[in-house]
Amino acid sequence: MAIVGSLDFEKPIEEIEDKIAELSKLTQEREIDFSQEIKKLEVKAQEMKKEVFSNLTPWQKVLMARHTGRPSTMDYIRMIFKDFIELCGDRLFKEDKAIVGGIAELDDYKVFIIGHRKGKDTKSNLEYNFGMPHPEGYRKAIRLANLAEKFSKPIITFIDTPGAYPGVGAEERGQGEAIARTLQVFSKIQVPIIVVIIGEGGSGGALAIGIGNRILMLEHAVYSVISPEGCAAILWNDPSKTIEAAKNLSLTANDLVRLKVIDEIIKEPVGGAHRSPEEASCLVKDSIISCLKELQEIPISELALERYQKLRKIGKYLE
Amino acid sequence: MVWFRKPKYTIVTPQAKRAKIPDGLWIRCNDCGELIFKKEWENNLKVCPKCNYHFQLRAKERLEITVDEGTFEEDNKSLAPIDFLKFIDKKPYKERIIENQEKAQLNDAVITGCGYIEKIKTAIAVLDFNFMGGSMGSVMGEKITRLIEKATDLKIPLLIVSSSGGARMQEGIISLFQMSKTVAALELHNKAKLLFISLLTHPTTGGVTASFASIGDIIIAEAKTLIGFAGPRVIEQTIKEKLPYKFQQSEFLLEHGLIDMVVNRKNVKNVLGRFLHFFC
Ligand SMILES: [Zn+2]
Repeated sequence: MAIVGSLDFEKPIEEIEDKIAELSKLTQEREIDFSQEIKKLEVKAQEMKKEVFSNLTPWQKVLMARHTGRPSTMDYIRMIFKDFIELCGDRLFKEDKAIVGGIAELDDYKVFIIGHRKGKDTKSNLEYNFGMPHPEGYRKAIRLANLAEKFSKPIITFIDTPGAYPGVGAEERGQGEAIARTLQVFSKIQVPIIVVIIGEGGSGGALAIGIGNRILMLEHAVYSVISPEGCAAILWNDPSKTIEAAKNLSLTANDLVRLKVIDEIIKEPVGGAHRSPEEASCLVKDSIISCLKELQEIPISELALERYQKLRKIGKYLE
Repeated sequence: MVWFRKPKYTIVTPQAKRAKIPDGLWIRCNDCGELIFKKEWENNLKVCPKCNYHFQLRAKERLEITVDEGTFEEDNKSLAPIDFLKFIDKKPYKERIIENQEKAQLNDAVITGCGYIEKIKTAIAVLDFNFMGGSMGSVMGEKITRLIEKATDLKIPLLIVSSSGGARMQEGIISLFQMSKTVAALELHNKAKLLFISLLTHPTTGGVTASFASIGDIIIAEAKTLIGFAGPRVIEQTIKEKLPYKFQQSEFLLEHGLIDMVVNRKNVKNVLGRFLHFFC
């Protein structure tokens, strides 16, 4: 049951799960009945999971959000949608694999999908640049959003990135402009947009595809103006303050509901989405479909205004 | 959000040099390190006469050299930041706010209002780097959004003079969303076929670069301005290489097709006037 890249606070649970596996194996091999013991351990494991995962600290949430076993955009595409066809390229410079886009069906809905793409291992992470887009990734997102609008198809975005890539080529090709332009296009597109933060919502690189009529966020995902590491380095000048930075940044799904930045938290299976990806994907699917139903009721000409009115309210100041 | 470095060229130890500067009469150029006669520097709009380095201007000074005399009317002056996250780094944000308000004599890092530029009524926002590095939090986001909405209502052009280190971390995710809020407001101004000029001044980075600053109908940068999304230090750490010469300087952006022109400070008002008269 041990999951690749398991986190410290998951270990006690995994120890019990290993024990259960061992006892089940003995039951089979030696035909000794351990069912009582197994049942007890299962109850214990379940209680422990509830205890641990309902009280995660902000930093533990960051670790959960970055968990390599956590379902990625590609996993959700595979589990939730059918007949996905990937669409590539920005028609300007190159194909950026850090952002995946395409068309698919979701029950009776025909939709566009745009999302950050992270890998599961070193090889795929290098291929997808760890989910950190270059300007061409955002320009592909713009192209697809315009196409979705042309054919009146809803857009679903999945957010999961450490941030936009900080590199020489990215700057030369206008990383700032690409993000700003994506925000501009997503603010005016006349189709429903549903944003789902599934893992790591890292700064402007996440926000770029984060303007939506509905913004949903998984229970253990995070969304922040800067990574806790970056924040600690800049404000404290001390990398050891990362955990403190995570706490200060208010980056958990609960924080974001309280701050009225997101609309809804999607509950994860006990122990996190990586422990039962299938169950997690069902919950994500249900939430997306109920949003699609709601948004169908809004005339298409009012969707952009609805998004603007939502954004317009965000901010806290003294008058 | 992003930090940047200032080039420092020291020939003699700074201590020894500083000791030689007669109080108040001379200043030292941040870029070439030469001593400049303060009067000459002020007459030159705080541009180094030796190397053309453009020193940062306070928002008030910028307004003085940009807007027709006596025509600027400030809006929403009273808007002030609050520490709604109870953010404490080396110091509580609450204290930083008060300190910066005293130091900068401003409530936050932007002044907004309407005035005339070469006789054309324009909505104007000027960021002030002196207040927490010109960082964008709720107050800047709200003041700029209100200004854009006013410009759209009055059907007048808009000028935003940027100078910022990026989003204000002490306001967490709320500061990030000021990027989308301002850009969405700009799109409504754009849709109304109104002119938006973005003037980039030293330095413009992070969340400001990745929002309103980069989508002007016309983008002008002052000479020798650092402009970028990621700060040079972050990029160097990521790619583990020295950065190319003049990387992220205004001239570099012009070469890469990201801005319309690089202008010396003394010509900025004239250039703005010509655009306003052409488009409005
Ligand atoms: Zn100089």
